[in-house]
Amino acid sequence: MKFIDSFVLAIRSLAANKLRSGLTMLGMIIGVGAVIVLMSVGAGLQNMITSTFEELGTNLLMVQPSNPEAPGMLGMMYGGFTGSITMHDVEAIERIRSVTGVVPANENFVKLIAGNEDTVAVIHGSNPDYQRVYGFTMASGQFISEVNLARRDMVVALGNKVAEDLFGSDDPIGQQIKIRDKRFTVIGVMEPRGLSSFGFSWDELVVTPITTYQARLFAQKTPSGEDAVQQISVQVASAEVMDEVTEDIETLLRKRHKIDRDEEDDFAVLSMEQMLGIFETITLALTVFLGLIGGISLLVGSIGIMNIMLVSVTERTREIGLRKAIGAKRRDILTQFLLEASMLSLVGGAIGLTGAWLMAYGISLIDLGGFTIDAVVSPLIVTIAVLVSVIIGLTSGIYPAMRAARLNPIDALRYG
Amino acid sequence: MIELENITKVYRMGKVDVPALRGVTLYIKQGEMLAIIGASGSGKSTLMNIIGCLDKPTVGRYIFEGANVSRLNDNKLAEVRNKKLGFVFQEYNLLSRASALSNVELPLIYSGGRNKRKRAMEALSRVGLGERANHRPTELSGGEQQRVAIARALVNNPTVILADEPTGNLDSVVTAEIISIFRQLNRDGIIVIMVTHEMDIAEQTQRIIRLHDGKVVSDEKVT
Repeated sequence: MKFIDSFVLAIRSLAANKLRSGLTMLGMIIGVGAVIVLMSVGAGLQNMITSTFEELGTNLLMVQPSNPEAPGMLGMMYGGFTGSITMHDVEAIERIRSVTGVVPANENFVKLIAGNEDTVAVIHGSNPDYQRVYGFTMASGQFISEVNLARRDMVVALGNKVAEDLFGSDDPIGQQIKIRDKRFTVIGVMEPRGLSSFGFSWDELVVTPITTYQARLFAQKTPSGEDAVQQISVQVASAEVMDEVTEDIETLLRKRHKIDRDEEDDFAVLSMEQMLGIFETITLALTVFLGLIGGISLLVGSIGIMNIMLVSVTERTREIGLRKAIGAKRRDILTQFLLEASMLSLVGGAIGLTGAWLMAYGISLIDLGGFTIDAVVSPLIVTIAVLVSVIIGLTSGIYPAMRAARLNPIDALRYG
Repeated sequence: MIELENITKVYRMGKVDVPALRGVTLYIKQGEMLAIIGASGSGKSTLMNIIGCLDKPTVGRYIFEGANVSRLNDNKLAEVRNKKLGFVFQEYNLLSRASALSNVELPLIYSGGRNKRKRAMEALSRVGLGERANHRPTELSGGEQQRVAIARALVNNPTVILADEPTGNLDSVVTAEIISIFRQLNRDGIIVIMVTHEMDIAEQTQRIIRLHDGKVVSDEKVT
């Protein structure tokens, strides 16, 4: 028997039971669709995180206070604010060799009021290096200066979107805004970045001198009573000296914080790569988890195919008997039913793939409050989906097909 | 042409052996048309299955066109059924979703020959159904359906056509038509073997073999 004949036979018998074939395929459509959508969302998250870190540059180190009582990832990331780092530490780090920029940052959410307009934004208390290290250019006016820092001036540089929200098309430079009932003067507006990550847009920022932030807005003290710094970004001359600088910072801070040899650090130095690694681990776990959920629906779909193929074999017992009587070999019957199962699975998979691709595209368009997940259906995901569909078709078809092929023609002809 | 020597068939039902055929010996020559008759349980269906290569004898030799088919494996038997034998059943056993033409084509699909459509059309014309080739079985009368089944049986130019109660579901007028088709095919050189329990149908063949309890009790020429 020629393959093309088996193929035509399989199509005909699937077409003869359109509703049943459709419903069976629906199981595969949903299964494959779910796996692909969930996996591409996972991949999208991963891409978003990677690109965010790449935008910031790979030659950045983060110094954060960490609570030795709360070890582990969360302890490092959020640092249970014991606040052991001070502006003196910042100055000390600036003197380390190969360090090209040190940016302290304290942050909070604030409401900004200008006349009748108001908006909510993230405020960063920082220093002039902030502009260079994070790569902002000014649309108008100036960024905060060393003088502003030293004098604790009540000045702010606005992110582009904040300026637009508060002043529209008016020139914001020299205008007054109110933050926590205190008056600040706008001295600069930054160019739009368009970049956003983790629900945080770089255009919805306000930057003020960290000294002003500490003295006038949010006072945070270290246990020893000094002004606390939440986080320091350290720019290093090149990626090659990252390890060296990391060690230097650790040695320096241990000395400055008078930490004994057997005591844990009360701070953490993370490279961007390490941070990226942490986030990648999280998103990988998330992707695997999402994939598993999709996998379960795929399993249900394949059970559906096997079930319907078993029903179909039973229903067509006489037909199988007749085919054998007029010369069909075992192999012919086996091929016919395997092909039917594979086609259900493959066509279902293809529709699921198309649907998932559309859905992933739709998801990429959704604005999740300032950021989007660029859900990517990669060739790898497509290959996996097609392979899985074929394998599922074959495995769920093999048992029913073997039952059909083994039928004794005499009994089968008498059936029913 | 067909030589059955001491054919015995025993079915095992649970722990009991049930003999269906006990030493049947039979010779059928080219150009014969014969009827196998007997009460139900006489073994006529079993004999039919063995002649039709659907079943193998427990004991005995079956020589078909000079070859010992009782030794062949399932695939070889399937080939013999496909190329040398044609089956006609009481219930027609047509595929209800396929046209008459597609039904007749079916054996050709398994033999992989060329000109399937043309050969199927010829077979349909031989049974007088050329006009109705594209009708589905549900759109055909019982007699027409059986003629489609006969066309399917002869499409591969078989040596033998085996008919199991071919007129069991048909009225007397249609029965006469079907029998006359079989007689015509026989005149064209095909061996026709019919299993029936109706004496008047058996009498329209040339030879009647009567089975009882798995044995041939009579084998006589119709005069």
